[in-house]
Amino acid sequence: MGWIEILDRAEVVTDKHHIRGSTGGGEIRRAPNLVPLRITCLPNDQDKMFKLSDKILLLCVGEAGDTVQFAEYIQKNIQLYKMRNGYELSPKAAANFTRKNLADYLRSRTPYHVNLLLAGFDETDGPGLYYMDHLSALAKAPFAAHGYGAYLTLSILDRYYRPDLTRDEAVDLLKKCIEELNKRFILNLPSFSVRLIDKEGIHDLEKLMPVGAK
Amino acid sequence: MSYDRAITVFSPDGHLFQVDYAQEAVKKGSTAVGVRGKNVVVLGVEKKIVAKLQEDRTVRKICSLDDNVFMAFAGLTADARIIVNRARVECQSHRLTVEDPATVEYITRYISSIKQRYTQSNGRRPFGISSLIVGFDFDGTPHLYQTDPSGTYHAWKANAIGRSAKTVREFLEKNYKEDMESDTDTIKLAIRALLEVVQSGGKNIELAIMKRDESMKMLAQEEIEEYVTAIETEKQKKT
Repeated sequence: MGWIEILDRAEVVTDKHHIRGSTGGGEIRRAPNLVPLRITCLPNDQDKMFKLSDKILLLCVGEAGDTVQFAEYIQKNIQLYKMRNGYELSPKAAANFTRKNLADYLRSRTPYHVNLLLAGFDETDGPGLYYMDHLSALAKAPFAAHGYGAYLTLSILDRYYRPDLTRDEAVDLLKKCIEELNKRFILNLPSFSVRLIDKEGIHDLEKLMPVGAK
Repeated sequence: MSYDRAITVFSPDGHLFQVDYAQEAVKKGSTAVGVRGKNVVVLGVEKKIVAKLQEDRTVRKICSLDDNVFMAFAGLTADARIIVNRARVECQSHRLTVEDPATVEYITRYISSIKQRYTQSNGRRPFGISSLIVGFDFDGTPHLYQTDPSGTYHAWKANAIGRSAKTVREFLEKNYKEDMESDTDTIKLAIRALLEVVQSGGKNIELAIMKRDESMKMLAQEEIEEYVTAIETEKQKKT
């Protein structure tokens, strides 16, 4: 009986796995590529990351439909700023703009139920990671995670994160998190897309597929 | 009875005088020229002479509307700011609803309908600008469109607006060659056309180009000077 309860709750859980780690040289983010349906999963190429500008990525999860609608709206407004002013918004400004929008919609008849991670590289401030939840709470953090997977991965990140991680060490830390999920998390998450942001911009790293996951 | 008071009144011979007067305002603006090549589109404007104490980079007559479209205007700068802003919002709005960048024709049509609306509204005056809108559609075709205060628009291979536009257009008619393959030739044509009417040469020219699949690039003063020197050498060789 306990098992069935877990399975029922499982369909809410899968969508919410994304973790980002922040290092001295850049930011890494990842998100699993699947869509839940009861106890089966539809593997799917849906990319939960939205490119806001050349050096800013928004990872948006939550209510189906709300995610794409909100993220695309923010994306186009960031682009409009670039057209009007001739230069792009900094990651900090973009994060605050997103927060304000989410907060305003929350206090309207049409709230968006989304959890966000915003990562960007600023010329002067370097890399920055911003955590935002569906209540529009914004926090700048060295590492962050949303969803049930966060309960497992945040402890790994807490233990092994250092502010002076190199790029390779950061990718390894991400791999450690995925291994942990593979071991202890009830759901099977077969593949993760990973992106890295540094002073050159956004780079796609190869997909991570934990061993034993199908 | 004067028929030029309110915009909504036709004159007996079928004129909308306010629109005609708006076109006069355009003729007072500094010259802008546009050339459509095969692989590059070019817009050039005559830089207004700024006062000694004025910072000249605040006077921008060539504005980018989106990654694939940009425009120049002749006439009332303040009116142009409004049009450019609306067009920029519409470009992003188009991308949001349709997931594709707007074609040059779409954004031209949008700007023209705004201008037309103001020729048919009570208490409002028309926009005192003509604009040259250039860019590439997402299928790679280059376009050049011209709009005027009445709200009409036409596609052109090369055109000029503003002060001495007639002289520049005649020069373009004589010297435009179909399917100019070379980007340099297209750029040189635009500069030569502007040099016909601009005093003191390259220093008073602002030029922007866009190659297919690239974003708009404003040429630096040195690059413009290089083209001008090349043009003068060619001229001397001919005579």
